[in-house]
Amino acid sequence: MKDRAAEGPEILRFAQDELKEMALLEIKDLHAGIDGKEILRGLDLSVDAGEVHAIMGPNGSGKSTLANVLAGRPRYEVTRGSVVYDGKNLLELPAEERAREGVFLAMQYPVEIPGVNNIYFLKAALNAMKKHRGEEELDAMEFLQLAREKMKLVELDEKFMNRSVNEGFSGGEKKRNEIFQMAVLDPKLAILDETDSGLDIDALRIVAEGVNALKNEKHAVLVITHYQRLLTYLVPDYVHVLSGGRIVKSGGKELALELEAKGYDWIEDEVAVAR
Amino acid sequence: MSTAVKEFEWPTPRLEEWRYTNLSAIASTEWRSVDVAAPAASAGEAPAATLAGRATVELMFVNGLFVQHSGELPYVSASRVGNPRGGSALEELNAMHTTGGARINIPSGTIVPGFIHLLFVGDGDGIWSHPRNVIDVGANAQVTIVETYVGEGRYYTNPVTEIVAGEGAVIDHTIVVCDSLEAYHTGSLTIRQGRSSSVTARNISIGGALVRNDVNVILDGEGASLVLDGLFTPAGSQHIDNHTVIDHARPHCTSVELYKGVLDGNGRGIFDGRIIVRPGAQKTSSRQSNHNLLLSETAIVDSKPTLEIHNDDVKCNHGSTIGQLNEEALFYLRARGIGEAEARNLLVLAFASELVDRIKVEPVREQVGRALFRQIPERLPERRSRHSERSEESGREGHDA
Repeated sequence: MKDRAAEGPEILRFAQDELKEMALLEIKDLHAGIDGKEILRGLDLSVDAGEVHAIMGPNGSGKSTLANVLAGRPRYEVTRGSVVYDGKNLLELPAEERAREGVFLAMQYPVEIPGVNNIYFLKAALNAMKKHRGEEELDAMEFLQLAREKMKLVELDEKFMNRSVNEGFSGGEKKRNEIFQMAVLDPKLAILDETDSGLDIDALRIVAEGVNALKNEKHAVLVITHYQRLLTYLVPDYVHVLSGGRIVKSGGKELALELEAKGYDWIEDEVAVAR
Repeated sequence: MSTAVKEFEWPTPRLEEWRYTNLSAIASTEWRSVDVAAPAASAGEAPAATLAGRATVELMFVNGLFVQHSGELPYVSASRVGNPRGGSALEELNAMHTTGGARINIPSGTIVPGFIHLLFVGDGDGIWSHPRNVIDVGANAQVTIVETYVGEGRYYTNPVTEIVAGEGAVIDHTIVVCDSLEAYHTGSLTIRQGRSSSVTARNISIGGALVRNDVNVILDGEGASLVLDGLFTPAGSQHIDNHTVIDHARPHCTSVELYKGVLDGNGRGIFDGRIIVRPGAQKTSSRQSNHNLLLSETAIVDSKPTLEIHNDDVKCNHGSTIGQLNEEALFYLRARGIGEAEARNLLVLAFASELVDRIKVEPVREQVGRALFRQIPERLPERRSRHSERSEESGREGHDA
């Protein structure tokens, strides 16, 4: 017979170990698609706080589907599998709840929203999160101070603050605006969906620096990209290759260089052989 | 008074200009006029709508009768019109029954500070009124005028406003229709513009069970320019019908017309805009647009922009759109943590803001903003579930990489 009193601490220790082992983001056997077409076919991925993961893959491999499913974009359907984020079932939360819980998607195609003021919108967003966390909301002055500081980080001119969201922004300005928003909202899990596409080298560096500034042991970053070049500035801890809706190869940062040099075909060949 | 109603022939939907709007609910009511003005304070919506103290002059009318003014200007008064002009059927009806309205005579070269507010309050079931405002703006004079219509109960207001803009006159004129949701409103605005005059006229229609706005502008002097704005937001079972005619009678005139509709519930909206360019009106420049936002599957809008050009030397274009809230924009806002209801409100207000922001008179802009806010939240709950269904169906763009 065991001594009951001894059980308590043991269970506690066990629970603590479990928690420690629980990743910030745990995706298991994820099947998802759009308009009845299955695109993700059994994706597994585990991301710990403090890590930068790059998801690379050819066009049509499901990279953006993954980003959109995680952010909760309507029309995407999950047919199987689970996504646990910060101990919660992410898939049952509406998009705004996910954002308030600290999931941020830097969009591939940021939409222009005429008539909605950029700074008003961002203040509303930040305060929605603060409210959700039971923190005090920022007043206009406090918010402006924070915004100015973060704008410097992404070298975005202050004139953008008073324009409509993304309206009349160039491609590069839109992407920098995404990173600016990310910097202000300070997410726990940042997902960058092809943020590097259409950026010149200076903008690329600025975007990468913005993300690097955010990085710390509590945050994780998921960089979704077709090319290696962003990863020169934003060095990943892990690189995963997505093909046919699943991760077919994972490795360190050197995998990205290999992909750059050899393309994606060899991976697909390798997978075909293995099957 | 009610005997006169029977002699009057109401326009019916058989007439082209009345195709979309049936006045039988108004025609079949035995309306009565009020002979003694009620005290302003007792008139339901008056205290909320007054801009006394902020307007340079405010004239308040309750059920068509002048009750009080605040501020003083020698050229603004409340009076009967000696011999009211007829015209359309509703202008005739007004002429038969009017008990007067505002008389504004701005002398040449006078620049009126601030703005003049004309507040018309309808108060009580079964009462009709026929305000008649006559506005004469002398050469090179400048003035800003706002007409606000509010009230309580099932009343009927049939106002007529006639504006003459002298040579080089600059006029900013706003009509805000915030009548009770049981009330009827048929308004006629006519503007005659002299040489090089510049007029901005706008109509904001938010309230009223049935609203008809007739706007007729004649650009009757060389080089006159017109900006004609309109915003209409029928929800519930509201019906708002806008008919505008811009008549380019002289050369070198410019007109820019923009009407926007936000329609929800079983709301019904109409934009019927005609632009006529006369044979002698060379170098006319005219742009007409109507954009509509449908927020429910049962709201209906009819958009009928028409150009009638009798002249080769003109630059004219027109266009109209009918759409729904941009789902991409909605997702963008939600993905930043803004709740769905608030995100929808934000997008609707953003759509309307292009017109609201152009209201120069700050307190009026605020009042309109508040009225829009009041109207929008009611619209939200029914849509929530429907939205998710619709988002499944609409296959606009794919987002797979």
